[in-house]
Amino acid sequence: MVNFLCSSIGKKLIMSLSGLFLVVFLLLHLALNLTALLSESAYNAVCAFMNENILIQIMVPVLAGGFIVHILFSMFVEFKNWTGRPRDMRYAVANKSKATSWASKNMFVLGVIVILFLFLHLFHFWSKMQLASWLGAEEANPYQLVVKTFSCPCVCVLYIVWFAAIYYHVSHGFWSAFQTLGLSNSKWLPRLQFLAKLYAIVVFWGFTLVPVCFYLRNCCGCCGASSCGL
Amino acid sequence: MKFTVKVWRQKNAKAKGKFETYRVEGISPDTSFLEMLDILNNQLIHEGKEPFAFDHDCREGICGMCSLYINGRPHGPDDEITTCQLHCRKFKDGDTITVEPWRSAAFPVVKDLVVNRHAFDEILQAGGFISTTGIAPDANIIPIRKQDADESMDASACIGCGACVATCKNGSAMLFVAARVSALAKLPQGRPEAAKRAKAMVAKMDELGFGACSNTGACEAECPKHISIAHIARLNREFLLANLQD
Ligand code: HEM
Ligand code: SF4
Ligand code: FES
Repeated sequence: MVNFLCSSIGKKLIMSLSGLFLVVFLLLHLALNLTALLSESAYNAVCAFMNENILIQIMVPVLAGGFIVHILFSMFVEFKNWTGRPRDMRYAVANKSKATSWASKNMFVLGVIVILFLFLHLFHFWSKMQLASWLGAEEANPYQLVVKTFSCPCVCVLYIVWFAAIYYHVSHGFWSAFQTLGLSNSKWLPRLQFLAKLYAIVVFWGFTLVPVCFYLRNCCGCCGASSCGL
Repeated sequence: MKFTVKVWRQKNAKAKGKFETYRVEGISPDTSFLEMLDILNNQLIHEGKEPFAFDHDCREGICGMCSLYINGRPHGPDDEITTCQLHCRKFKDGDTITVEPWRSAAFPVVKDLVVNRHAFDEILQAGGFISTTGIAPDANIIPIRKQDADESMDASACIGCGACVATCKNGSAMLFVAARVSALAKLPQGRPEAAKRAKAMVAKMDELGFGACSNTGACEAECPKHISIAHIARLNREFLLANLQD
């Protein structure tokens, strides 16, 4: 087992399983976010459910664990990969091969961007909702928290940059995970790559819709929060 | 045609290397790239200088001996060819051509443009074979599905040149190992040792300092035989199943 986990493919298996777990999580998170576009009561009801449901409470540390495992193994894999062509052996002329995607070569940088923004996000929402309730402090009204957070254009832009990093990370990560698991062949490779693009697009635009709608609603009074169904 | 050629010169494995710049003139566009290097070396000999070393053998794209990272691409500016199949017409008159050796922790430079690719031999020795006893049976006695035979044949096209390692950002040998594992895994003769083979070859690959696979696909793009990364999925599958078996 130790031998297996120390092998290059074993480490990547852990990355692919934890990555796919995060891929599923993103979809669930997206579905919850979109309820905020329906109505205040729907969104607050969903948030209340998330706070009370025992299964969700169990999933919180599991999710954190998923992130930690993914990040830890990404460092093991990445640092070993750096030794494959050490600093003093770099090519003088940069690689001119056109066929590879930019995302696939920058997964670690993209991951680091994702994690940095994740802390900002946890500070914005989680610390004022679930963490506050755990600490016995008064919990913010979830919907009003969204309204307040996305009234600032800078915050909206930061979130969209974050979603773009996630877009690139999963547009490669999604199909790469299947490849790592051995669940691919010459027929399925292009299909999985297509699905990865599709998934990444859905995730990017789905998440982006929320700050954009809330910001626009906030700044044009004519379609105020209650009168416009947006 | 005339070119300015920047060649990596390095006395031996330990020495610090550097680029030397040379000029060649009167080259016909139909000259092969390696012939152009021969002409250049001949010129150096006449000038009383030491010619540079580079690897080559068959000069017809089948042995995998020629290497060279030319202007940012293994095997130069063309797809699905080896360096010996590259011609000067692929460059523009007056171009500066930078020639570097393969660069990977597992392929140390021996001299100038020659690298030691013995690591590939070691990986093959770890399991890239079928053990036989007695006399080989008649080849056609075991029926093999056409589709499997074709896939095995495609994987067998690997000539062990190392371009996949040279172009990979991780210096990973996964495409090479995948081609060898796949070629045997697809044939009934290869099945008895399949699990042992996958584990032994991957272990050797890791031990020799090659990186892991990030699935960038750079290897497939530069492979002169266009070995597909679908074979890497099969290697992963073989390796994971082999580990589940014990
Ligand atoms: C929203 C969160 C994330 C999701 C959905 C996600 C998903 C994935 C998936 C599915 C893979 C493919 C695994 C494979 O190739 O087998 C992957 C690879 C990778 N992830 Fe993440 N990831 C996330 C966050 C992160 C974070 C925070 C890091 C931290 C540094 C990170 C670093 C990496 C790296 C370096 C790879 C590539 C490993 C390689 O192939 O060499 N990811 N990710
Ligand atoms: S897989 Fe392709 S690039 Fe790699 S050694 Fe074989 S022929 Fe060369
Ligand atoms: S010299 Fe044999 S493949 Fe190029």
